[in-house]
Amino acid sequence: MGTSFGRGGATTFQQDLQNADCILIEGSNMAECHPVGFQWVMEAKARGATLIHVDPRYTRTSAVADMHVPIRAGSDIAFLGGIVNYVIGHDAYFHDYVVAFTNAPTIVSGDFVDTEDLDGVFSGLDAEQRSYDPSSWQYEGATVQASSGQREQEPDTRVAEQQGSPGSHSGEHQPSVSGSGRGTTHGSGGAPVPSSVERDETLQHPRCVFQIVKRHFSRYTPEMVEEICGIPQDLFLEVCRTVAENSGRERTTALAYAVGWTQHTVGAQYIRTAAILQLLLGNIGRPGGGILALRGHASIQGSTDIPTLYNLLPGYIPMPHAHRDEDLDMFIEGASTAKGYWGGMRSYLVSLLKAWWGPHATEANDYCFDYLPRLTGSHGTYETVMAQMDGGCKGYFVVGENPAVGSANAKMQRLGMANLDWLVVRDFSLIESATWWKDGPEIETGELATEDIGTEVFFFPAAAHTEKNGSFTNTQRMLQWHHAAVEPGGDARSDLWFYYHLGRRIRQKLAGSTDEMDRPLLELQWDYPTEGSVTEPSADAVLAEINGWDAEGRPLTSYEQLDEDGSTACGCWIYCGVYATGVNQASRRKPGREQSWVAPEWGWAWPANRRIIYNRASADRDGKPWSERKAYVWWDEDEAKWVGHDVPDFDPAKSPWHRPPAGATGAQALAGDDAFVMQGDGKAWLYVPAGLTDGPLPAHYEAQDSPFPNLLYPHQQRNPVRQVFSRRHNRYHPNPSQPGSDVFPYVLTTYRLTEHHTAGGMSRWLAYLSELQPEMFCEVSPELAAERGLEHNGWATVITARGAIEARVLVTDRMRPLTVQGRVLHQIGLPYHWGPNGYARGDAANELAGLSLDPNCHIQEVKAMTGDIRPGRRPRGAARVELVEEYIRRAGITADTGMEARGGR
Amino acid sequence: MVANPFTSLLEQSEPATASGYADHPPRMGFFTDTSVCIGCKACEVACKEWNHVPEDGLVFTGMSYDNTVGLGADTWRHVAFIEQRKPLGQQVTGHGDAGIRWLMASDVCKHCTHAACLDVCPTGALFRTEFATVVVQEDVCNGCGYCIPACPYGVIDQRQGDGRAWKCTLCYDRLGVGAEPACAKACPTDSIQFGVLEELRERADNRLSQLHGAGVADARLYGRDPDDGVGGDGAFFLLLDEPEVYGLPPDPVVTTRDLPEMWRRVAVAAALVAGAVALGFARSVT
Repeated sequence: MGTSFGRGGATTFQQDLQNADCILIEGSNMAECHPVGFQWVMEAKARGATLIHVDPRYTRTSAVADMHVPIRAGSDIAFLGGIVNYVIGHDAYFHDYVVAFTNAPTIVSGDFVDTEDLDGVFSGLDAEQRSYDPSSWQYEGATVQASSGQREQEPDTRVAEQQGSPGSHSGEHQPSVSGSGRGTTHGSGGAPVPSSVERDETLQHPRCVFQIVKRHFSRYTPEMVEEICGIPQDLFLEVCRTVAENSGRERTTALAYAVGWTQHTVGAQYIRTAAILQLLLGNIGRPGGGILALRGHASIQGSTDIPTLYNLLPGYIPMPHAHRDEDLDMFIEGASTAKGYWGGMRSYLVSLLKAWWGPHATEANDYCFDYLPRLTGSHGTYETVMAQMDGGCKGYFVVGENPAVGSANAKMQRLGMANLDWLVVRDFSLIESATWWKDGPEIETGELATEDIGTEVFFFPAAAHTEKNGSFTNTQRMLQWHHAAVEPGGDARSDLWFYYHLGRRIRQKLAGSTDEMDRPLLELQWDYPTEGSVTEPSADAVLAEINGWDAEGRPLTSYEQLDEDGSTACGCWIYCGVYATGVNQASRRKPGREQSWVAPEWGWAWPANRRIIYNRASADRDGKPWSERKAYVWWDEDEAKWVGHDVPDFDPAKSPWHRPPAGATGAQALAGDDAFVMQGDGKAWLYVPAGLTDGPLPAHYEAQDSPFPNLLYPHQQRNPVRQVFSRRHNRYHPNPSQPGSDVFPYVLTTYRLTEHHTAGGMSRWLAYLSELQPEMFCEVSPELAAERGLEHNGWATVITARGAIEARVLVTDRMRPLTVQGRVLHQIGLPYHWGPNGYARGDAANELAGLSLDPNCHIQEVKAMTGDIRPGRRPRGAARVELVEEYIRRAGITADTGMEARGGR
Repeated sequence: MVANPFTSLLEQSEPATASGYADHPPRMGFFTDTSVCIGCKACEVACKEWNHVPEDGLVFTGMSYDNTVGLGADTWRHVAFIEQRKPLGQQVTGHGDAGIRWLMASDVCKHCTHAACLDVCPTGALFRTEFATVVVQEDVCNGCGYCIPACPYGVIDQRQGDGRAWKCTLCYDRLGVGAEPACAKACPTDSIQFGVLEELRERADNRLSQLHGAGVADARLYGRDPDDGVGGDGAFFLLLDEPEVYGLPPDPVVTTRDLPEMWRRVAVAAALVAGAVALGFARSVT
């Protein structure tokens, strides 16, 4: 999303779904996982919209859809690519929108070579290092930097060029862009594009983006879709027709996805394909359109905005690198952009540093830029687990998470924790991550013995959201305030309390220290007022700091007020305005019936309380709505400003015909039709010249573990730059054409149920939820049950090279065998909520998952795996390990299996 | 205040009036439109939370996603899940010629116009409220259990280890303060609609013709008809198949329907017996 449009959030809001003429839900089971938001899908249906659900299973979402399309898990790029090909081939794209607002006309460098001509990979691949050098992907004669994603790809070169030593940094460059960890800046963007890039608005130039996209997807034919996805051509073409007919001037189609798209080794490219489709159809920035990224509960969006991610600072400012970002100037040079709102990077960062270090941050000391931690490599959650196993990581905070059952390769999660000095777990109950050392699966199998584990485990009871003030940032970037109803009982405390008092005590211990190393902590502004009998820090005061203030301490109202001279402080620039006029805007609850359907006075959404972003694109080049039916934001000639139903995502006074003066930078460099204001060229990107580690265009690659060869690119089975880890407990399955591949003949996919919450910490201990789904089960078709002798309501054991679990068997017609590449494929459904603790118990699906990651955001591939299933319960004790080892032997799996970058079918 | 229900039976369709409320609010009820149910079970949980209904066991049933099984003393809202090999209206699926559909329906006490449970309750624990709903008073119920076989739907039930009878109160306490019942409040898709029964019936009629127009020929209303065996339900449904498919009786009849007639006959018989005895006595005297 970030690389395509400029910001890494949902482009629309759930209430706007009611305006859609068609809703395509894929990679999401919205009715089950977002049942409350689903009311707007039902509202759209009641208004006559067509609802399409594409999913391996017939779910509670499918049950109310107009169309359910069963698909092979892991084949969505082929499916979406097929629709892209249909839309271009049938001239069904929204020509005027595409020309005005996307980079379709932009000419790409002659150095770029597509998968068409390189046997399934893009130019720049270093197979040895498993990385791409993206320099050949650039526009003709221009270096454009990513608004988000892997923003470190270019700055090395740029900084080097600045210093007059082109290329001198290349030796220092991390072995792989994915390894460096500076990426995944999903947030907001913009980049130095020379003020004009070469464009051919006739879209005829052979190297313009449109022609490249057209050629690239031309092999994604309905026949290919049928062979790869297992979707009959007539069904596929009906989807194409429905989506195309419900897009254009008068009609809009919305797309909704969730982790069914992201949790793949090509996850980011799934979303990219959706972005290309929605841009071609002209559905971004318009009512009833957009891409709704359905985030998890309840503040996953918030946890990337003010991140728990190792490689980001608040507001998607990248974390500086240890050796490259020597000072503030070098960092800004590398991270900011000449055009678009990222041009204000220095203001955002200086204001952040002022919020953190207050008067200690001065121009003379680079505003304490040196106090920021530095990256030395990739420190994602899975790399951290491996660092624990290897002894490099000694301590671990587990908060609001249950990795012992909730993260992929649960065994490695536990083995990592067993090799720590200390572990802190904060949760409501004694979740599996807090007790693995005494009753985890490895204790039963004998792989670990409690007395041999050196980890000191601290468990802290956590307060619930009803016991603390604070905000959630929901799936549509909206902050909603929750008020404490009661104080937490017993020793339970809020996370805010925990970190505030932890920081306070550490500072107390360090008081008087003259060690330079301690200065960042001692000079930190850590003085929040506390309240109540448990001395709870004021969440309101924290929000006020996040919003920021000017030199006189007055609350800011917009990030456009932020200054780079140190006169403003702001804890997160994209949240600036949430405390405008000193009022907590997130706590607004004006009823819907008292305001417009957009409901701008319900909570507060970033950026600037906009509900549909890029909404400049809801009007044509001249600022007129594309149609009356789909009017949203438009240029009012009399008032000489942008007006409409929402806050315009555009300079309100900038006319549609504005052309920036030569030499303008930042937002000033945006023209009147540059609707994607964060982007370095002001346009949405069909083709991504920078920002992604695995290619400027999506290509269908098979999952790490797949039963089928890659039909589209016969010489390239998998994403060549996916992250794989050859470790004893992380073995991969044989390639489909290798002997032993038939040992794991079925596709496994994991998912959630309405009745439980993620890894179960908030549901498996509750009787009212546990009784609704009391046990781990697997869903199989009657055909598979017959093939393997599985008994409905009985037990089955599911096995991969990583683990073996047992589950009750639910035989259901809702699991439909598919015909893929001429043979029948069975898929097995595995909810992942369970673990051995709590009231409702069962084996964890994550015991089966291996670690193979998307190279852009390091997310695990758990939505498409392979495995075997057999009737009966799994063996107990050491025999459980023996069963897995027997499968590994039988499949001929070695340390090299599935590890290759190039080829591999 | 409460009139003898036997006198009103079958003669009055306005139960609150029949029960002696001179001045009462309009009859309130539920319209459960199962065609928009997404089976989230929020109604089940909200009901239990609000009414402190106990958990009733962790049993994996294998009956699709239904591990609740049915209404009972400890389940006042129950969502049924029915998987079928047939198409849903015009729905297009990749599931072969037979098609597939997954029906979901949230069941609840019907709050009958003619409520047999209420008729047979000897203690007055069951009573008709001013909203024309039927409620058990837990502090009055003595656990005699007469109401349980009386219910034509098998809704009301005795709680294990407690002995008293329990069922949906249509959140009488919430209605009293102008709030809607917990299940309706929690329902995200408005499958459970709470309101004035007359208005709900109109809304249901419209929805039914809309669905018929959309080719969902199986759609039908259940419990809407005031002329059915229970005088119509205060909680009625839009179903997508025969009632039996959902575990509902196809033609429920208030089990106390024949009681007045029976009593009349008993009275006649008693009179006849008395007459015969008197006659015999007279004869014997003479």
